[in-house]
Amino acid sequence: MCSGGTLSILRSDSYVDLSQYRDQHFRGTRYDQERLLRKSCTLYVGNLSFYTTEEQIHELFGKSGDIKKIIMGLDKVKKTACGFCFVEYYARGDAENAMRYINGTRLDDRIIRTDWDAGFKEGRQYGRGRSGGQVRDEYRQDYDAGRGGYGKTVQCHFQP
Amino acid sequence: MSRRRHSDDSDDSDGQPHKRRRTSEPSEIEERLESLICRVGEKSNSSLESNLEGLAGVLEADLPNYKSKILRILCTVARLLPEKLTVYTTLVGLLNARNYNFGGEFVEAMIRQLKECLKVNMYNEAVHLVRFLSDLVNCHVIAAPSMVAMFENFVSVTQEEDVPQVRCDWYIFAFLSSLPWVGKELYEKKDAEMDRLLSQTESYLKRRQKIHVPMLQVWTADKPHPQEEYLDCLWSQIQKLKKDRWQERHILRPYLAFDSILCEALQHNLPPFTPPPHTEDSVYPMPRVIFRMFDYTDDPEGPVMPGSHSVERFVIEEVIFAELFQLPSPPHIEVMYTTLLIELCKLQPGSLPQVLAQATEMLYMRLDTMNTTCVDRFINWFSHHLSNFQFRWSWEDWSDCLTQDLEKPKPKFVREVLEKCMRLSYHQRIIDIVPASFSVLSPANPVCIYKYGDESNRSLPGYTVALCLTIAIKNKASNDEIFSILKDVPNPNQDDDDDEGFTFNPLKIEVFVQTLLHLAAKSFSHSFSALAKFHEVFKTLAESDEGKLHVLRVVYEVWKNHPQMIAVLVDKMIRTQIVDCAAVANWIFSSELAHDFTRFYIWEILHSTIRKMNKHVLKIHKELEDTKARLARQHKRRDSDDDDRSSDREDGPLEEQIERLQEKVESAQSEQKNLFLVIFQRFIMLLTEHLVRCETGGIDVFTPWYKSCIERLQQIFLQHHQIIQQYMVTFENLLFTAELDHHILAVFQQFCALQA
Repeated sequence: MCSGGTLSILRSDSYVDLSQYRDQHFRGTRYDQERLLRKSCTLYVGNLSFYTTEEQIHELFGKSGDIKKIIMGLDKVKKTACGFCFVEYYARGDAENAMRYINGTRLDDRIIRTDWDAGFKEGRQYGRGRSGGQVRDEYRQDYDAGRGGYGKTVQCHFQP
Repeated sequence: MSRRRHSDDSDDSDGQPHKRRRTSEPSEIEERLESLICRVGEKSNSSLESNLEGLAGVLEADLPNYKSKILRILCTVARLLPEKLTVYTTLVGLLNARNYNFGGEFVEAMIRQLKECLKVNMYNEAVHLVRFLSDLVNCHVIAAPSMVAMFENFVSVTQEEDVPQVRCDWYIFAFLSSLPWVGKELYEKKDAEMDRLLSQTESYLKRRQKIHVPMLQVWTADKPHPQEEYLDCLWSQIQKLKKDRWQERHILRPYLAFDSILCEALQHNLPPFTPPPHTEDSVYPMPRVIFRMFDYTDDPEGPVMPGSHSVERFVIEEVIFAELFQLPSPPHIEVMYTTLLIELCKLQPGSLPQVLAQATEMLYMRLDTMNTTCVDRFINWFSHHLSNFQFRWSWEDWSDCLTQDLEKPKPKFVREVLEKCMRLSYHQRIIDIVPASFSVLSPANPVCIYKYGDESNRSLPGYTVALCLTIAIKNKASNDEIFSILKDVPNPNQDDDDDEGFTFNPLKIEVFVQTLLHLAAKSFSHSFSALAKFHEVFKTLAESDEGKLHVLRVVYEVWKNHPQMIAVLVDKMIRTQIVDCAAVANWIFSSELAHDFTRFYIWEILHSTIRKMNKHVLKIHKELEDTKARLARQHKRRDSDDDDRSSDREDGPLEEQIERLQEKVESAQSEQKNLFLVIFQRFIMLLTEHLVRCETGGIDVFTPWYKSCIERLQQIFLQHHQIIQQYMVTFENLLFTAELDHHILAVFQQFCALQA
């Protein structure tokens, strides 16, 4: 009668929940996207330094399980690292543990952020900002030495 | 509460089906009840007593309509929220005082739940239930004599014949660990019976065997803290408690505030409880060794307490490290503890970091006797922790390790930590963060070593072929083109040039693997692409067992400065079946790797290899079970269809599949057993060699290398104990026989004792 039951407060697993972000370029319905996100083994990792290597990412994310593949995010024009990547695990449970225990900790002295990804497709390894990097690096006002210095629009002001 | 109208569904622009939402009042009330019950005892503006009283009133009113729901919720919190045990026993006490029948039904439900837990091997939860029941005595729900009777049945398990010791252990543990809650009350009512129980317990504890203890201890020395076996430790604590006349001041007892109400209540007798019998499927908890780090009272040179409330911080850290170092495995994934400690440092930045630094220092000082597996965890934790704090550490405090032999635990630890720190950053960073004197312990620059790289090496056999290959690969050559280039490589093993079948040719392997890995050295992804592109060449060259071993050797030669790269390449090669697990095991024990044998990365590779093997077996097994289930469903459908047209022919494909999968499972299990055989055999050879050499030379067996090696053998047993159990008979008959040196046999016997 009772052995199988659990409590909803114990079922809450907020670190594993979907965030508000939905990829606008996703081909399919919202419903499809969320279904894929809920069973995905792939994580998007953001706020990396441009200098963070695949090796470092492998070492850190390997702590929650065996990694199937890492795909570095690239500047669309320069084809160099632009501060994000995808980490795909063999098992969903390992990806969940990364969301619980690695998200929000530091890599290369930077707090990194992980989020569910619906799955890598060719083309998604490129930044979507106008200058080729990530959108967030187009408009930001601050100086970030690990991400090319000032944001692109700010940089433009220095180069007439 | 709104009700969505049926037509609302068609408004959905996504075109996706939504479940029509039935807002039924009962399910909302059930959710509310669960929420109310779960939240009592949490932070609140009202006192706990008034919250309990209020909740008891609400539940009493809901009993007519929601009794079974309330019973289920209360049983579940008893099982799953042990930290609030006395809050809920008090609640049940109040309910029982208001409604005697409900109290009786609850007790019956709890007993049913307890029996179920025991039947399905949920022993931790069963302990929570036993404690709950015993605290219900304090709440006047259960009559003390009937609780004593239950404990009498528990203790009499120790009289059962032909049962594993771990079974008796659990029943004694459940009894003893309830006494802090209810010892006082039970002694007041039934002191003679309790004395008898304690004396029976004592004689059991004296006669039970403790061969398993050394295998589970974090440190091999008894100073400064003895690491007691968990039942011995608990027994001492209970004896002390008894001497203190069961006065206990740490447990929160809300029911004391309700004494006047509760003592008016009628009590229930527990039904006679017979422990479920031992079966083949019973799996009891493993024994434990109690971990102690700090002494709060004695040593004046001990840790300086930063403040009057600091004991809690030491306790918190001791508990966290106890779990992290628990053998065989921590209760949670290792990385969780790192993140937990980081969060705690953030929450208490003025005090916790200092205590953590003290703990680290303490652990460092005791490295000489620390179990190798625990040192691994310490290395992983410390390096990951440092990477979150800019690698700031007072390395000079550890300069003592620089004067020691590099194989000793302390310098070894620092070396491994620095290597792990480098993996999380980069080589120059590590050079920068340590004092110059530590350069001897700094990791090598992880660069590739290409033997055909320099013009000065042009006299090496295969040099010209290597150049050819380099050009070909850069020009996107196909596998066939590579084969034809390699045809020109002579085989140093053969007198005649018999290249018809690609028999084992170490030079071919060397030239190809060296060149390819060198060209792909830029990153992991480059190397993986290379392995994938030239998979055919690899498979052919590594077809034989010697071929596989040689591939691994060359990988090592090229990447010996970059252990992380070796590990990921070995992983990929196993997954793409270029090498098999047994080849990796043989390679690890080969003489070429003897120099690196005690390095951490070697064991990471071996355990990762074993895990892949285990997962593979499980996967095929699951496929087999799934297919069997499909066949069963097909039969069921046919039976219920009652269709004359369907025939057994439909079963054909599935039955064939099942037969094939059955063969696959057997073959995989055979490979798995063989892997462990290889590993154990090699260990035995290596250790025996050392033991014989020491004996004939008259030197002490217990060198740092020996300690490391014997503990690595223990680690294999502990980390993969469930699998190893399956093949015990084979291992016992083939390898761990009585002729074996007693040092080695002891490890096996300790392992057997764990579940005996």
